[in-house]
Amino acid sequence: MLFELRDVGLARSGRQVLDSVSAEIPVGATAIVGPSGAGKSTLLRLLNRLADADSGAVAYRDRPLAEYDPLELRRRVSLVPQLPALLDGTVASNLSYAAELAGIELERDRCLELAGLDPGFAERDVSKLSVGEQQRAMLARALAQSPDVLLLDEPTSALDHAARDAIEATLAELRGELEISLVLVSHDPEQAKRIADWVVRMEGGRAVAAGPLERVLA
Amino acid sequence: MSASIHVALWQVAASLVLVAIAIAISRWRQADLERDIAVATVRSIVQLTLVGYAIKLIFEADTIWLVLALLSVMVLFGALTARSRAKNVPGAFWPLLIALSIAAATTLGLVVALGVFEPTPRYLVPVGGMVIGNAMTASAVALNRLGDEVGDSRARIEATLALGATAREAALPIVRRSLRSGMITLVDSTKTTGLIFFPGTMVGMLLAGASPTDAVRLQLILLYTLLGSVAIAGVLATSLAYRNFFTPAQQLREPAEVPT
Repeated sequence: MLFELRDVGLARSGRQVLDSVSAEIPVGATAIVGPSGAGKSTLLRLLNRLADADSGAVAYRDRPLAEYDPLELRRRVSLVPQLPALLDGTVASNLSYAAELAGIELERDRCLELAGLDPGFAERDVSKLSVGEQQRAMLARALAQSPDVLLLDEPTSALDHAARDAIEATLAELRGELEISLVLVSHDPEQAKRIADWVVRMEGGRAVAAGPLERVLA
Repeated sequence: MSASIHVALWQVAASLVLVAIAIAISRWRQADLERDIAVATVRSIVQLTLVGYAIKLIFEADTIWLVLALLSVMVLFGALTARSRAKNVPGAFWPLLIALSIAAATTLGLVVALGVFEPTPRYLVPVGGMVIGNAMTASAVALNRLGDEVGDSRARIEATLALGATAREAALPIVRRSLRSGMITLVDSTKTTGLIFFPGTMVGMLLAGASPTDAVRLQLILLYTLLGSVAIAGVLATSLAYRNFFTPAQQLREPAEVPT
């Protein structure tokens, strides 16, 4: 198993955001689906230790998450947040920063291409990009670290239909070209059907179903 | 250095007319500062009177220990005051206390070691007061900015942490901007000093009858001393305080779980 969650609980401001969540996430493409406020994004943040659970256990590749150095873990399990949040500067400087943190040599043009961006975007100032382009730059930046897993938090929620379709196509291509697992949070079951082969369905902070796509979202 | 001048109580009382004008303007424009101005005025009278007596005692006793005690009290109150202005920064008191202590000790130590001032109460008390006061203002402004920036940039900080950056790396741009905002006022006023405004020490010395040359030289020494102390206090306060926004696992704390 890629990730395994056992009885995971987490409260914020007196509200139980995650309540005894138990689920398995295998290698491949997994969608975490459910309505707003179901705890999907919080669950995603646990997977690369941007937050820690109050109770229960989370394991990555059969080892408790707590045993991983959080910085090492985040370079292997990369999270792309819901809204783009690039650093000031150019697309290239953002990619170089990410590669430098991961201690690997940057294949800039390849990362841009994988994210569906023309190499000409490298020298563009991030403040001059559209939201869709910024989201792609975020994806390229995550790919600059050669992660094993990409965690994507509603990657298309801020985009129009055309941009959404393009990102979805990019994600499908990524899976074909790289040996990379995807964990995608989405409020849209149709998107899950297009991208994922495994689904975790959340409701009110609980994982109410987890399993192959055909079984959970029949 | 100068012939002393005498200021009568009625002259002080007369200057309160300007305070009344400030209160009237605040009320007229609904700036909601009337109460603050009144409190500030009363506090300035009480505090300066008490400090006046304390300084008199310290000058008469002529011992370094009393000076150090007074400066320590100033540092303590400076840290408490600055903390109240940096409300969005969790656990700001200790970073501020450390920043003000080290800024005061370093700058005063240096000016004494360089032979600029004699290590006597007549120099250390007023210069120490200015050093601590300016360091307090700069750290308060810097931490206030730091708190606001962390609040505004949560998404960006988390996105940077998500790349495997340390808390220090993720906070670096905002720590830099916070330090800058803490220092910029003094840097700007140093640039325009003499052109747009006359600094307090120089005005005081001129009013007290000192020669303009002496007044200018002393003012220059003080400006440079203050620049040093503001930089030291600002860098220490911001470098120590940003850590309180993060957990040991390099996670950005939720606003609700930030201890105050």
